[in-house]
Amino acid sequence: MATKLKAVDVVTVGVGLTGTILAKELADSGLKVVGLERGGWRDTHPDFDMPHAHDELRYARRHELMQDLSKETLTFRNAIGDTALPMRYMGSFLPGEGVGGAAVHWNGVTWRFLPWDFETRSRTLARYGKTQLAEECTSQDWGVTYDDLEPHFDRFEYLYGICGKAGNLKGQIQPGGNPFEGPRSREYPNPPMKTSHVGALYGKAARELGLHPFPAPSANMTRPYTNPYGLTLGACVYCGYCERFGCEMGAKASPQTAVLPVLMKSPNYELRTLASVVRVNLDSEKKRAVSVTYVDSRGREFEQPAELVLLTSYVFSNVRLMLLSGIGKPYDPAANSGVVGRNYAYQTNGNVTAFFEDKVFNQFMGAGALSMMIDDFDGDNFDHAGLGFIGGGWIGAASSGGRPIDFRPVPSGTPRWGGEWKKATARYYNRTFGITTHGACQSYRGNCFDLDPTYRDAYGLPLLRMTFDFRQNEYRMSEYMTKKAAEIAKAAGASRMNVTPRTGKYSIVPYQSTHNTGGAVMGADPKTSAVNKYLQSWDVPNVFVIGASAFPQNGGYNPTGTVGALTFHALEAIKSRYLKQPGPLA
Amino acid sequence: MKETSGRRRFLKSAAALGAAIPAGAAAQSKPAPNVDHDKQRAQHMRAAAAQPRPYMFLSQTEVAFLDAAVSHLIPKDELGPGAKEAGVTYFIDQQLFGGYGSMAKKYTQGPWPEGTPQQGYQSPLTPAAVYRAGIRDTNEYCKKTHGKTFDALSRAQQEEVLKGLDGGKIELEQVRSQFFFNMLLANTVEGFFADPVYGGNRDKAGWKLVGFPGVAAVYTPFIEKHNVPYRAQPVSIADITQKIAQVDEHGHAIHVMLDDDQAGV
Repeated sequence: MATKLKAVDVVTVGVGLTGTILAKELADSGLKVVGLERGGWRDTHPDFDMPHAHDELRYARRHELMQDLSKETLTFRNAIGDTALPMRYMGSFLPGEGVGGAAVHWNGVTWRFLPWDFETRSRTLARYGKTQLAEECTSQDWGVTYDDLEPHFDRFEYLYGICGKAGNLKGQIQPGGNPFEGPRSREYPNPPMKTSHVGALYGKAARELGLHPFPAPSANMTRPYTNPYGLTLGACVYCGYCERFGCEMGAKASPQTAVLPVLMKSPNYELRTLASVVRVNLDSEKKRAVSVTYVDSRGREFEQPAELVLLTSYVFSNVRLMLLSGIGKPYDPAANSGVVGRNYAYQTNGNVTAFFEDKVFNQFMGAGALSMMIDDFDGDNFDHAGLGFIGGGWIGAASSGGRPIDFRPVPSGTPRWGGEWKKATARYYNRTFGITTHGACQSYRGNCFDLDPTYRDAYGLPLLRMTFDFRQNEYRMSEYMTKKAAEIAKAAGASRMNVTPRTGKYSIVPYQSTHNTGGAVMGADPKTSAVNKYLQSWDVPNVFVIGASAFPQNGGYNPTGTVGALTFHALEAIKSRYLKQPGPLA
Repeated sequence: MKETSGRRRFLKSAAALGAAIPAGAAAQSKPAPNVDHDKQRAQHMRAAAAQPRPYMFLSQTEVAFLDAAVSHLIPKDELGPGAKEAGVTYFIDQQLFGGYGSMAKKYTQGPWPEGTPQQGYQSPLTPAAVYRAGIRDTNEYCKKTHGKTFDALSRAQQEEVLKGLDGGKIELEQVRSQFFFNMLLANTVEGFFADPVYGGNRDKAGWKLVGFPGVAAVYTPFIEKHNVPYRAQPVSIADITQKIAQVDEHGHAIHVMLDDDQAGV
């Protein structure tokens, strides 16, 4: 029997990037906010102290900061009709667990999606006609435009101290930045990162080919930065331990460095860790959330009543909690009806590994977002007529830390083990870099989430089931982009290269990207979206579902910048409209 | 820009948290003793009457098997020690005895159909149990085929058996041979390149092979020195906790740079 707790105004399910910002802003406006987090507390000090912070086995291989799969995982299959099996080990993607979520162990690459991305379907139809879209493609417009979101991108970038060079200020193209980006109202709060040897070589080669290289937008601080909440982030020292690690310098923007120190001081905020939410409780008509039920680390069940329930977990947990709670109609791919679980998408990555005989790169130095990139082949920045696909992505060369268990490039054809492997590893460890082709992924009728019929979590509840594979559009796009990357590698003087476009069935085993999107997508039509353009549930208006779960399809960019913008966009709607008159906003 | 002055460079962290790195701080150097971390470590170990390192999980038979197997996966050669010399067998023992071996933080509930390659690990066996079964089955195969256990075969025969496991040509009874082999190879690479605190990468053999400096220094002054090799004595976690290596105010290693003739690769 659950113990019923005193009602509060707001509860956030998940205390990561979105949950901390929303809690801070709503607590400031006088509301009582409770944050429920399934994992534990962790902070820069002492959790990421040196020298233990630089332990590749513990963090990169054994996933110290990631989700505990023994309690909950998801099941996976390539296609409807296959039997889904549980993801027993993490591979393809790495969701976080604990305060800060995945924003603790991210790399820090912080983009804005293109204006085109928010109007993918209508702009594709207008420019190319409907034959450009695969019949089963369910990509759609977001219900908001880039212009709607621009002020919110700006707020997030200034909160997280993003380092970069604007390429488009109020419509004026700026030298040194990304000329393809949407117009910005002002410059980045911090200058871009330093340029590594890899970045310089890649940038020179790209320029020679007539392309437009620029430094990646980064949440690894290029100087000490005090954000609008009055918190000061440290300066990055290019140690090369970002992705999968916490930052010992407090130099990577995260809830810990950019929000929590002030949030935790708020008398209106209470954080409860090791609290696993199992259900949002609805009223008898299923039109209103009345509370959430969670289980604590001693097995005690609590019911926390709240006026406003914010689902602020990773994509999978947001969608699963909606399904477990009966919020919105579950998606049925056979009938193509319902919305919750619809339009799961991912990232279509390929790569080119470039080997050199006469250069050294010191790739163990770097930072998560230290990268030189081009955006010439992203979105609709290039003519797709006759190409047989839509979308694209950035193509970039990173210096994000060559830690040797995972970074051991050898030319293709080298044996996997033995003396020859050892010689090639020794020879090329410091003479190699990779070029990533970071491609978009459209949404399709058969790519979706639902609840698994067989496998259960530690509380006896069904796991989320993922059904996913790439389609022709993605294979063609990846081939196209990876050829472009190979041209740049050649122009840079690579003596040999491994060229690996995305081919074959999607596998959940090798790491690809923690850029999972969709399942509770936003839009203007309740028949094709689970939340409206303010990320409010169409069916249960006092529930908002915040995160990349709202992306109707995935763009060619890392999602965090756009997740941050959507957070502030939803926040503004809650503060300026919903709180004054609770009810549907659209 | 080439480093011309002096063969050893001592990169000092110029960046206090919240303080910008002043221009020109890059070359700032500080006198430091000419220490060799490994020699110092050896002295340290003698002084501390080094604890023996008992195997906790593996039997003697299994140790013999793994010593032989890992010496093929990463052999000792003119480039330096191999996996056996680097203590990879002991590393694997420690991993199997701990959370990794028992699938801590992994999903272990059944049912366990074999699934597709795209669905990944679906065995009801923990890694510890995979090794136990895989080693026994491989030894059974070797006895049947060659009349001896794997460790007693010739190098050439051992190589053939490993290739048979790798390619799936040898069928094992209780685990798929490639499944066992891939786990062994992945753990061997981990043991060769992980921080020595886990019992492998002895004398930092793996890091020295590729020129990885281990626990990082502040690289801000160096990241823009393009095409200049950065050759440092690698620093491990224990070098710092035992105060063998020097650190800056944030705990980053102050690397001792190698002479060119010590630099190896």
